[in-house]
Amino acid sequence: MLWRYIFFRVLMLIPVSFSISVVIFMIVHLLPGDPIDNLIRVGSSPDDRAALITKYGLDQPLAIQYLRWIGAMFQGDFGEAIVLRRPVADLIAQNLPYSLALGGLAFAFSSIVGIILGTISATTRSKIVEQFMRGFILLGSTVPGFWLALLMILFFAVQLQWFPVSGAGGWSALVLPVLTIGFGGVALVARVTRVALLDVKREDFVMLLHAKGLPSYKILFGHLMPHALLPVVTILALRIGWILGGAVTVEFVFGRPGLGSLLIRALGQRDYPVVQGCLLMLALAVMLGTLIGDVAQAAMDPRIREAKT
Amino acid sequence: MLEVRDLEVAFGPVAPLSGVSFSLEKGETLGIVGESGSGKSLTAMSVMGLLPLSGGRITAGSIMFDGQDLTNLPEPAYRKLRGGRLGLITQNPMTSLDPLQKIGPQVDAVARLHLGMNASEARARTVEILGTLRIPEPGTICNRYPHQMSGGMKQRIVIAMALAADPDVLVADEPTTALDVTVQAQIIRLLDDLVKERDLSLVLITHDMSVVAQTCDKVVVMYAGRAIEHGPVEAIFDAPQHPYTQALIGCIPKGLSDDEHLTGIPGTVPNVLNYPKGCPFHPRCTQAKEICATDVPAFVQHGNGQAACHFPGAPQ
Ligand SMILES: Nc1ncnc2c1ncn2[C@@H]1O[C@H](COP(=O)(O)OP(=O)(O)O)[C@@H](O)[C@H]1O
Ligand SMILES: [Mg+2]
Repeated sequence: MLWRYIFFRVLMLIPVSFSISVVIFMIVHLLPGDPIDNLIRVGSSPDDRAALITKYGLDQPLAIQYLRWIGAMFQGDFGEAIVLRRPVADLIAQNLPYSLALGGLAFAFSSIVGIILGTISATTRSKIVEQFMRGFILLGSTVPGFWLALLMILFFAVQLQWFPVSGAGGWSALVLPVLTIGFGGVALVARVTRVALLDVKREDFVMLLHAKGLPSYKILFGHLMPHALLPVVTILALRIGWILGGAVTVEFVFGRPGLGSLLIRALGQRDYPVVQGCLLMLALAVMLGTLIGDVAQAAMDPRIREAKT
Repeated sequence: MLEVRDLEVAFGPVAPLSGVSFSLEKGETLGIVGESGSGKSLTAMSVMGLLPLSGGRITAGSIMFDGQDLTNLPEPAYRKLRGGRLGLITQNPMTSLDPLQKIGPQVDAVARLHLGMNASEARARTVEILGTLRIPEPGTICNRYPHQMSGGMKQRIVIAMALAADPDVLVADEPTTALDVTVQAQIIRLLDDLVKERDLSLVLITHDMSVVAQTCDKVVVMYAGRAIEHGPVEAIFDAPQHPYTQALIGCIPKGLSDDEHLTGIPGTVPNVLNYPKGCPFHPRCTQAKEICATDVPAFVQHGNGQAACHFPGAPQ
């Protein structure tokens, strides 16, 4: 049943990824000016121009051009960066590990801590703990990331000198960026967990679980948490893509390389092959994220498994 | 076996339930009857010790079960009783099972918890009980999810959970209200058979007097959070003393004649926040006199029953 669901869910990715790739492909054509001017550096020789025209088939119909372009992508050829004069694939390969490390750690941090805090805030009997958690959740969902980053640099890096102010050398340089991105994530995940737990607690079947004589912890971990995690999984899945590309401000403040920074820099320099490459990677991450989220939900909820197949 | 005395339940400042008493012997079925909002579910929750879940609390009275007062029983001991010696069946089978879990484990949990069985022993017991409840192919049903089953089937599963640890008392809170009419009769008959086969004590909550007439030995009639009449079923049906009881009995369809229509009692059950002074039923009572609006009537003995009415037995 689950395999059936996964099969159809992956099948659905084909039209989605097709339309996304068409949009990204069209960027250079929709921009003002000749596409060749958008793809070549200023002052290139006519020979270079001719070579590029043949490579991309710019004299061919759009459909053919798209097929060539996407075909090259599949072979790992993302084109040549105009400003940096290097293959785009190299640039991505160079920046992606930084994004993955930061994104992955921030993701793990915000899911684990967020779920734990959300669970505590929904189950505690202590008014003080509950108030504190509410305050934390409010703060975490409103404080902007870059502001928090600056604050943490000032305190932990400049004052206490526990961590480097900027750069990407070693594990210690990861701590502050992970905390910065994670903080908002923790608050978000905690809030969703809390609300979902309080919701499911009110359901009829929970009363019947108590009527069976089950101890509260068994009800919490065996029945309430699986329900509460359904919406949590959804927002976490959306964050997978977001965290890879959305860390731009934090990367900027901490002077870290990464996909987000690469994209922003390329946009500023009108380096369109790089923009296209980065967007494709991010779109891929978002699609993978939602795929993982949907499959996880289907694995947890038999009703979803059946509804969509 | 079970004896409730002068039970009072409060949610903060409001007390939706007060002065409820009844007793139940082994092998007996007690009906609690009344319109929606009269306090039947609160009574059931009180007996099960589940009021704290909704923020309620027992403020007076006692619930004696097998010689101990449940109103001050510590939670761990109560937990042993719940699902063990006290079983609960709730109103809406569509929402009373965990939709993410298969049927089997949900029923197994009771025997594992209360009878100390391991997984395979508990499953064998589950299959056996499902079989006695006339559920076809109990083995495959265990691997089904709740949403794959009909309401009547799910209610049987809920009954199976309540029975799994061989309880002494079964509390069934409107077990058929949410079901199709044809299934209703099956479930009532099933419960009736269980009481006879297993010598169970059943508290059967319903708003249907005809169900009481068919299955119960005793009945408590509730209105606005109070018991207003109670006694043996034959006595109450032969000579209902309280005008409310008379009206409820009057609502039972007599036959299958075409021109017969279901009659209700004019008016509605009052909200907790404005329970009437005096006799709670007086605003809707056709027999009400001045005193009914001012003084709460005391119970008056009549045969083996009692009714809280200033003018008991007055013909409607
Ligand atoms: N959690 C609660 N808080 C406050 N009042 C409640 C609560 N639960 C029930 N009540 C009140 O108690 C009265 C009896 O409710 P209930 O026992 O559910 O009636 P029944 O089961 O007979 O329909 C109703 O007036 C209802 O408003
Ligand atoms: Mg009720």
